[in-house]
Amino acid sequence: MTDGTTGTNRGGGLAFWIVGFVLLVAMPLLNVMPPEDSWLHLSDFSLNRFGKFLAFAILALGLDLIWGYTGILSLGQGVFFGLGAYCMGMHLMLTIGKESVYGSDLPDFMVWNQVKELPFFWKPFFSFPAAVLGAILVPMLFASVFGFFAFRSRIKGVYFAIITQALALAAWLVFNRNDTNLGGTNGLTDFKQVVGYRLSEPFTQRGLYVLTVLCLGGAYLMCRWIIGSRAGRVLIAVRDSEQRVVFSGYTPANYKLFVFVVAAGLAGLAGMLYVPQVGIITPAQIGVLPSLEMVIWVAVGGRGSLAGAVLGAVIVNYGRSILTNYFPELWPFILGGLFVLVVLLFPDGLVGIIRKGKSLLSPLKAGVGKAAVPEGER
Amino acid sequence: MCLVKAQLTIMMIALGRTVAVLGIAGLFLFSGQTWAIAADGPVAPPPPTSSIEQALTQVTSEDESVREAAIRLLIEQGDVSLVPQLDEIRANADRSVRQPIKQLMDLFKNRAKLTSPNTDVRRSAAMDLGTSGKPSAIPWLDAAAANEPNRWVRYTMEESAALLKLASDDPSIKAAAADTLGDLRSQNGVPVLKQLVEAGDGAEASEPQKTVAKAAGAAIERIETWGVWSNAIETFFRGISLSSILLIMSLGLAIVFGLMGVINMAHGELMMVGAYATFVTQQIFKAYLPPSMFESYFLTAMPVAFLAAAGFGLLLEATVIRFLYGRPLETMLATWGVSLVMMQAARVYFGDLTAVIAPGWLSGGAQVMVGVYLPFNRIFIIGLSIVCVLGIYFLLFRSSLGMRVRAVMQNRNMSACLGIPTRKVDAYTFAFGSGLAGIAGWALTLVGNVDPGLGQNYIVDAFMVVVTGGVGKLAGTIVASLGIGGLNKLIEPSFGAVYGKVFILVMVILFLQWRPSGLFAMKGRNAD
Repeated sequence: MTDGTTGTNRGGGLAFWIVGFVLLVAMPLLNVMPPEDSWLHLSDFSLNRFGKFLAFAILALGLDLIWGYTGILSLGQGVFFGLGAYCMGMHLMLTIGKESVYGSDLPDFMVWNQVKELPFFWKPFFSFPAAVLGAILVPMLFASVFGFFAFRSRIKGVYFAIITQALALAAWLVFNRNDTNLGGTNGLTDFKQVVGYRLSEPFTQRGLYVLTVLCLGGAYLMCRWIIGSRAGRVLIAVRDSEQRVVFSGYTPANYKLFVFVVAAGLAGLAGMLYVPQVGIITPAQIGVLPSLEMVIWVAVGGRGSLAGAVLGAVIVNYGRSILTNYFPELWPFILGGLFVLVVLLFPDGLVGIIRKGKSLLSPLKAGVGKAAVPEGER
Repeated sequence: MCLVKAQLTIMMIALGRTVAVLGIAGLFLFSGQTWAIAADGPVAPPPPTSSIEQALTQVTSEDESVREAAIRLLIEQGDVSLVPQLDEIRANADRSVRQPIKQLMDLFKNRAKLTSPNTDVRRSAAMDLGTSGKPSAIPWLDAAAANEPNRWVRYTMEESAALLKLASDDPSIKAAAADTLGDLRSQNGVPVLKQLVEAGDGAEASEPQKTVAKAAGAAIERIETWGVWSNAIETFFRGISLSSILLIMSLGLAIVFGLMGVINMAHGELMMVGAYATFVTQQIFKAYLPPSMFESYFLTAMPVAFLAAAGFGLLLEATVIRFLYGRPLETMLATWGVSLVMMQAARVYFGDLTAVIAPGWLSGGAQVMVGVYLPFNRIFIIGLSIVCVLGIYFLLFRSSLGMRVRAVMQNRNMSACLGIPTRKVDAYTFAFGSGLAGIAGWALTLVGNVDPGLGQNYIVDAFMVVVTGGVGKLAGTIVASLGIGGLNKLIEPSFGAVYGKVFILVMVILFLQWRPSGLFAMKGRNAD
């Protein structure tokens, strides 16, 4: 595993602004400016789909923080994503109001299930700020309770992965139930508007896209700041040898809990941005399998590198959306094969390949810079 | 749960088929046999044929009273030999009289079936008679019960007779029947008994009604107390049964985890390999071997399943896991990738639904007590888990390979220094653990369909067992699977399956607070 502190190097600064410009300005402009038949034109669908990938990238940043930098493999990120998504989804559900199929104030699925009164935990979500806050704070709160117990008793490594996987399974089961009043298997869907803007309008979708890019940029800067801080160095130290960190007088549990909660918040934020852009959230997006897929985004992109996480999330999801369209039967083979291949041959993902390519091109620089990087066992 | 339901349907279909076949055979066989009995002694003197023939013509009469009299006469004097004739009459009869004729035929058929050599046929015939509501069946049932060798068929006959007696007009017979049902702890009697209690509750209820209601109330109470106990026993059995499934699955997982610190996420798919190996064996037996050998396919499939899964395991070890030693998280992810590929490959190759027909000697079950029915396949799985544990115990603690495995488990470097080929030990152990997964898959074909998702159904539970049980101790795995399986079934009735799972997750996390590395943690310096 190579050094994880590359996020702070100088070269990253320029690239960050270029990518930011392309995502924030160029892509929406290509959507608006060129005429529809021009080859430069970016369709509404493509922009919207890209916005979804960028929302996933926010989650990938958080996962990279805990897995790539701290060495904690969480197979339950889908739960936090789901919590955020459901918070926003509940708000959007409530703003449908009388426009619903049954013309009732209650969401449609409640009418089917003959629920007469809005359950109490739905009520705060009438307010938009409450939904936004909830989408980030509920996952963080949940993660802090779960993480507190998990890290306090020094559950780590494989044990932690298994426990979080069980968490994903349990959450999936609970969200699938009708009696939890969260829409059951069908989830929440058929949204009409967000803060007064119609979701069917391209303008709204463009706005959501821009918002997602801004959030991604903010999340990236925050993660970079965390990595660069003293706490970030402790996190990396925990990954490389937790026992030495303990003997140096730190309490790893606190640092782990902190980063776990941050990652959960980012997953919640991703879920919140995902829902209005995609228009549906079901338990199928938060179970064991989706949670594992999230790990492969980071693995493919390159863990221990924030840019890699973003890259991985976008590329894997883009590949998925193309391949499931043309060869739906092939996708599990590719996903599984990708997993094995990346883990076996490219442990540092795409970023690792790029770095290797660079170092091959400039052997002088590589000879000086890379030799000092210790090989992190375990 | 879905699995169980599917299994039930398959069993029902199979059962239905046998009953139908036997029923048809019975028509030919027993018409002769009953005739023999009739000719034998004074029990049923040969009826004057003229009156039966007369009645047969009157069955379709326009006049309802004539019709009913004819049917009554036929019930008293006729037997199953009349069925073909009746069938003919029915085919030509008016729609309105078909129903009573049909009932009459059923009555005759069931009466004949009461003497069938097959216990299931006798039992279902008795049950049908009990729900037919025809009091004329009471003497038949009583007579059959007196000669019945099988305890549970006799039980059903007595129960059915009592149920019919409950409909009697005489309150003393009613009260006696209620008592009998109470004695029998008959769950089937409860609805009728409740009606009697309600009838006795009314203000205008007569004195005899009240005595009957009292008897019925007492009977219900006895039945319900018994129901609580039999339920508890069945819950206990289900818990043990789930535990043993978990145990067989977790054993392989736990051994590999203990030795190499690797959680094999493809373990569920190795189980799937075992299940498909069983399926393929079955198909081969069906296609190439005489039907008389078919029953033995299941036992033949066991080594096949073991070897197939072990072979896959060796391959997996040699191509993936070998390169990831000392990186447990990466191993987990890579094996998960493998599991995805294997699952999809099975889906593409075999399709989604393939079922293994359980061999005859494993279908059905044993009735141990009233209301307690233990399916043979579950008992078989419990037995298998015990055999597996014993086998592993001997392999680990009584063989030289086991000694090497334990040595590597305790201190890999020292073992290597002493000349133990640790990599070879790893490979063999991994193959053995995979083979155990294959056996688990083989056993799971008894309780569910063979489908690509087979491994996924229980695998998270199996992981939890391994985590709770701790590394490298057989006892930990046994206790943990008993605990998780038992707890699962214990809280399922009150919480439901979903919240039961959530509850167990919470329990496991709290448990790990108390014992972070499982029940029986390895002690010593290398326990990191």
